[in-house]
Amino acid sequence: MVDVTPADAVPPAEVAEMELYHPHSWWTKYVFSQDAKVIAIQYSATATAIGLVALVLSWLMRLQLGFPGTFDFISPEAYYQFITMHGMIMVIYLLTALFLGGFGNYLIPLMVGARDMVFPYVNMLSYWIYLLAVLVLASSFFAPGGPTGAGWTLYPPQAIMTGTPGGQDWGIILMLVSLILFIIGFTMGGLNYVVTVLQARTRGMTLMRLPLTVWGIFTATVMALLAFPALFVACVMMLFDRALGTSFFMPAIVQMGEQLQHGGGSPILFQHLFWFFGHPEVYIVALPAFGIVSDLISTHARKNIFGYRMMVWAIVGIGALSFVVWAHHMYVSGMHPYFGFFFATTTLIIAVPTAIKVYNWVLTLWRGDIHLTVPMLFALAFIVTFVNGGLTGLFLGNVVVDVPLSDTMFVVAHFHMVMGVAPILVIFGAIYHWYPKVTGRMLNEAMGQFHFWVTFLGAYLIFFPMHYIGLMGVPRRYHELTNTTVMTESAHDLNAFISIMAFLVGFAQIVFLFNLIWSIRHGREAGGNPWRATTLEWQTPETPPAHGNFGKELPIVYRWAYDYSVPGAKEDFIPQNMPGSFGTSREPA
Amino acid sequence: MAIALVLVLVVVGSVLFHFLSPWWWTPIASNWDYIDNTIIITFWITGVVFAAVVLFMAYCVFRFRHREGNQAAYEPENKRLEWWLTIVTAIGVTAMLVPGLFVWNQFVSVPSDATVVEVVGQQWQWSFRLPGKDGKLGTSDTRNVSPENPLGVNASDANGQDDVVIEAADLHLPVGKPVKMLLRSIDVLHDFYVPEFRAKMDMIPGSVTYFWFTPTKTGTFQVLCAELCGQGHPLMNGVVMVDTPEDYLAWLGEQQTFAQLSAPQQVGSAE
Repeated sequence: MVDVTPADAVPPAEVAEMELYHPHSWWTKYVFSQDAKVIAIQYSATATAIGLVALVLSWLMRLQLGFPGTFDFISPEAYYQFITMHGMIMVIYLLTALFLGGFGNYLIPLMVGARDMVFPYVNMLSYWIYLLAVLVLASSFFAPGGPTGAGWTLYPPQAIMTGTPGGQDWGIILMLVSLILFIIGFTMGGLNYVVTVLQARTRGMTLMRLPLTVWGIFTATVMALLAFPALFVACVMMLFDRALGTSFFMPAIVQMGEQLQHGGGSPILFQHLFWFFGHPEVYIVALPAFGIVSDLISTHARKNIFGYRMMVWAIVGIGALSFVVWAHHMYVSGMHPYFGFFFATTTLIIAVPTAIKVYNWVLTLWRGDIHLTVPMLFALAFIVTFVNGGLTGLFLGNVVVDVPLSDTMFVVAHFHMVMGVAPILVIFGAIYHWYPKVTGRMLNEAMGQFHFWVTFLGAYLIFFPMHYIGLMGVPRRYHELTNTTVMTESAHDLNAFISIMAFLVGFAQIVFLFNLIWSIRHGREAGGNPWRATTLEWQTPETPPAHGNFGKELPIVYRWAYDYSVPGAKEDFIPQNMPGSFGTSREPA
Repeated sequence: MAIALVLVLVVVGSVLFHFLSPWWWTPIASNWDYIDNTIIITFWITGVVFAAVVLFMAYCVFRFRHREGNQAAYEPENKRLEWWLTIVTAIGVTAMLVPGLFVWNQFVSVPSDATVVEVVGQQWQWSFRLPGKDGKLGTSDTRNVSPENPLGVNASDANGQDDVVIEAADLHLPVGKPVKMLLRSIDVLHDFYVPEFRAKMDMIPGSVTYFWFTPTKTGTFQVLCAELCGQGHPLMNGVVMVDTPEDYLAWLGEQQTFAQLSAPQQVGSAE
């Protein structure tokens, strides 16, 4: 326990009020705001809105899969458009945007003790370009030919050919343009998050005192800045192939009996570029969830996170390793089979730091004082679904086991459990946890309990049995399974059951949205620190925090983020900015 | 409290579902029961880990739930425990990876006596080509594809003249003989997949990919396309019939060669 004494060279913590600093009109305060907290809410609201579209699309898919032949309006073209847009929206426009643009913007400055992001104007632009990307994406629903139906992986050559919905219409072009815009917007935000964490931490906030939430978002952002450029060039090249007739990804092709002008390109090159982005993307979504859930568990179990330093190194290690595993998505792609040895080994090595994280979460519960609040329930549910989905990753990562399972419903079940359900449960937990800081009021507990139970159990009942349909050999991305002999009568019944569960889980999300709106006015008053948490965002002079976050003086940090239940201390938590020494705190350093 | 009970139920329910539900893989009809065995090993290791972690959580939630006057323990780190867990995990992972890589080595090592069958995918049908008496497939190129030459066989290659061409019809294979499937596409990505054989591989226009297997059971098996290839993807079915050697030879005798198919038109019109 080292008390940090400000050195003489450090400028005074008090910041003079600057005339230009604060917004002057309603427009600059709420719309074209440069306050990271407002930008966070804008990001979150936009991501939620487009996420609702993805939710409706998933219902439409499940209607078709659960009750084939019943709904004539779901043609094969429409079905492939639904799956493509559902996947892309969920992965990029919802999860990435919400974790980094939403939680990153809100929490980074508050948690590191900064007044705002370091480049507020660029931060504002980031949101508006993101909004433009979402609008371009949404516009493809109204374009001639509709959105692209190439699958969210957009594999060429089919993505830009006539046999695929939107391939020779506007769909694929709008998708590629939207992705390019998204990446530009993200880069503007991402540079902000990274530089803010590195440069704008308050005094005493060493890197090894950062809450794991910040470590997760920070590492994910660094990864995204390195991974998205691969997707960017892939999109630009495919746009050229489609619009200008180049052949980056296009070999000699006969399309419906007609020789195309393309030649010499490599479809598999696109897959390498896509997954060089696509695999880190899994962790771009997972690492913020890892970080956030660590803080939820620690706060609500009133216990320090177990093995903090190991947790930090696991986050960094997973982030680094995730750049050398991409081709495990391509074991049966026709790449050279010897790659399989390398990528299976790296992929299974990643299981070790990931398992350490799981152990440390459950060991944080051990001998804790577990408050079963709604955020805690979601955190527990996250561990269950993440362990389940992570373990099925050991099937798919182990190259030869992947051969029969690849491209089946097993894969769909796996990635939904591990990067769909699990991170989204963390998002819910995080919203129940930080909503009181954002609005000053608690979310309604009864609605929260209903939302939790239906979402957790429903999602588990959707995706657990789905693995077994895949194990039977039932392929994914089939509009129609009635011609498929491995699909038994009883498996069709199981599909119908899964669909009904999907509608129920979707309904629970509407209750959640209602709760979000209802509680703004009717929720119980929260006070500044309703969970009695240690991190800086709970120590702001105002709730919700005003522009500038910390009033006149920035906080000084004296301890790590996990001083819960320190023996001998009066309270069971010691805020990070509390000076002095209490009990027998043993901060790892 | 309810959550502790539910966590136990999740484990019990999942295990019961695994053992009692009717949904399991189709009976295998190839030599790749090694793959099935690796899956079983993986199921056991991962199943034990899943049950252990979730049951431990359930116990913690029950035992350490908040009650008036409780205080959590204060233990930031425990190096010994952390290292032990890391080592045990690494052993478990190795126990899955090593047999996996061993079987993968078999999967990518084609036996020298394997006969060659070419599969050609196009939207949305399967065609096949077998080497003729010379045992060699003639060269091919997507640029050669025309209505008269649907597989794009190189007409000037002598090796290709006796190749047996099966356009959009069933493939027959003799039981018990290893076969190397050479996979080719003339338009988009496809994937040749027969669930009973456990093997699959993408087909990429412009490349030739492959896998090998030995059919071990006679019968009729459905070929599925396992790579989204456009709106006709789910309809891209085919049939592989695994025959006894006699039945296979009888079938082979009825097939036409590339030379016969591309012979002057009057032969066909005279009949």
